[in-house]
Order: sequence, then structure tokens, then C-alpha cells
Amino acid sequence: METLTVQIWRGAETGSFASFSVPKRDNQTVLDVVTEIQQRQDQSISYRFACRVGVCGSCAMTVNGKPRWSCRTHISSLKSSVITIEPLKNMPRIKDLVTDMTGFFDKWGQAGNVFESDKTRQDAPAKVDPSSQQRKAANAAIECINCGVCYAACDVVSWNDEYLGPAALNRAWSLVNDERHTGKQDTLVAAMGAGGCSNCHSQGNCMTACPIGLSPTRSIAGLKKMSLFSLMGKQDG
Amino acid sequence: MVEARLYILQRLTAAMMAPMVVGHLLTILYATRAELTAATILARVQSSPWLIVFYTAFVVMVAIHAPLGLRKILVEWGRLSTRAANLIALFLFVLFLGMGLRGIWALTGGSISGGAI
Repeated sequence: METLTVQIWRGAETGSFASFSVPKRDNQTVLDVVTEIQQRQDQSISYRFACRVGVCGSCAMTVNGKPRWSCRTHISSLKSSVITIEPLKNMPRIKDLVTDMTGFFDKWGQAGNVFESDKTRQDAPAKVDPSSQQRKAANAAIECINCGVCYAACDVVSWNDEYLGPAALNRAWSLVNDERHTGKQDTLVAAMGAGGCSNCHSQGNCMTACPIGLSPTRSIAGLKKMSLFSLMGKQDG
Repeated sequence: MVEARLYILQRLTAAMMAPMVVGHLLTILYATRAELTAATILARVQSSPWLIVFYTAFVVMVAIHAPLGLRKILVEWGRLSTRAANLIALFLFVLFLGMGLRGIWALTGGSISGGAI
């Protein structure tokens, strides 16, 4: 039977790759391979997953140098019999494939990403026109599930510790375009702060890496434009 | 908000410099094609207040634009703290502005120590 050579990172910030041999199958994802190794060869390997079907965003790893969802990456698509699996970049490593995502989620909050409303549950639901320009902009960014792939792919994040990153700013963009959100100005001010949207170089790594095809690059460009109008004294971009 | 303001300032100066660079290059092309001597060029510049205004504006834009870009490079690639990069950028701003205005001053016929430009 054909076999795959799988190199898995063992350790934390310091460590080394351990090599495993796994049977190659017709239908096999990277997550399947890691699970097979953990179940049958080395139970001490740590990794994260939950849904296994591309819904939860827990299983992101660096596979052959690129950040991806391991559950949605078929081995056949890698076109290589040698698979290298590391934890996500730009996050502290805890053990093996598990990273500390605290900083990533903290920045999520620093980008002003809490929805605020002046309505209560007694009020009728807001009527939002789905064809409005604003709603279309919010919709384009809203499917993000916080997997951290874009954050790991971003060069600016790796250079500048303060930078909030594509995911947090993408969320800010969907919020400033949400007409029900009453803290729009606060969100914008947070998103254009020291670690905010002006740091982005528009390289588009986030957009290329996003497993569901979102474009944080476009969202951040929108924030830049909105911050320009805001600083020039207009309320809306 | 400071970061966003500096970002916009850098982009605005870039937008204004783009046509100025084209104008500057066309002037150089014209000067070399017409085989003007340094003395002729100097005489023409000195007799044209518009060229002085043009180059003064250009020098100011460069002094703002370039240190802002270098500041980011120092932080991102040089791993300097924002504070250190700010100080260096401020120094470069003063340096570029001083050198540029000194050159303009010489073009207008003002005397500077160290001879002609």
C-alpha cells in the first residue's frame, strides 16, 4: 500500500518534527491523517478539532507551509506524499499543534467588536433592506467564524505586535455597516487606532488564505476609506 | 487616531507628488534634450517664481512623505519601538526639509556657506 510521510511538530516554541508513516487512502483529509496518527501511533499528540466538517473553525493548522482548515484540506489536493504539519503562525505555541489564541481573541475585542443596540426584546425586529449598499457590505464580511487562518497568513501581524489583524478588522467592518449597531463611531475609532486599519499593506494574504473566500483586505480598505471621510468631518463614507 | 491621520497624510502627499514627479521628469527630459547648460537652467529657474513655488511644495511633500514610510519600515522590518521610530522620523523630517529648503534658497540666488549647489 502506498504511504504518506507525515512530519508533525512536537513541542512548544522549541521542539522538532516527528515523522510518521500513514497509509494513503482514496479519500483522506489532513485531519483524518492527524487523527489516525493520534489514535494508532502516538496518543500523546495534541491537536484541536470539533465539527470535522468546516463549520467550527477549530482545526486550522499550517499544512505544507500554508494555514488551512485541516478538515477541509484533502491530501490529494496537496499533490505531495510528504506532508508537513505545524501549528498556526503568529500565535504562541502551547503544545504540538495547539496554539494559544488568547491574543487573537483579545484583539477581536480591541477592534471595537461588541454589538450595541438601543432596542430591547420587547421591540419589533429591525427591518433591514437586504439590497441596501450598507447591508451588502456587512453581508460580504459576516460569515467569518474566527478560525485564525487569515491572522496566521498575515505578514503585517508577524511584523507588528500591535496590529489587530484581518479577522478583527473584518468584524469591525461588518459592524460599522450594521444599521442596528448604535456604537458605530466607537467601533470606527477603535478600528482606526494605533494597531488599526492603516497598518494594512493590502497584500491580500488573508483573502487568499480564507477557507470560505472572504476578503478582509476589502473590508480593511473600506475601513480606511471610512476613516478618511470621518477625519474629514463627514459622518458616512 | 494619530496613526490614521499620519496614514492619510502620507497618502495625500503621495497623491500630490505623483503629478509633480512627472512634471519634474519632463523638465529634466526637456533640459537635456535642449542641451541647456547649468547656468541657463539656473537663470530660468530664478526668473520663474512658479518653478520656485513648485519645487518648494515638492520639497515639503517629500519631507512629510518619506519619513512616514521609513517610520513604518523601521517598526515592521527594523523591529524598533514606535517611540524610537517616531524620533528618527521626526529627525529625518527636519533633515529633509532643511536640505530641501537650503537647495531652494540657493536656486533663488541666496548664498549658502559651502558654495553653490
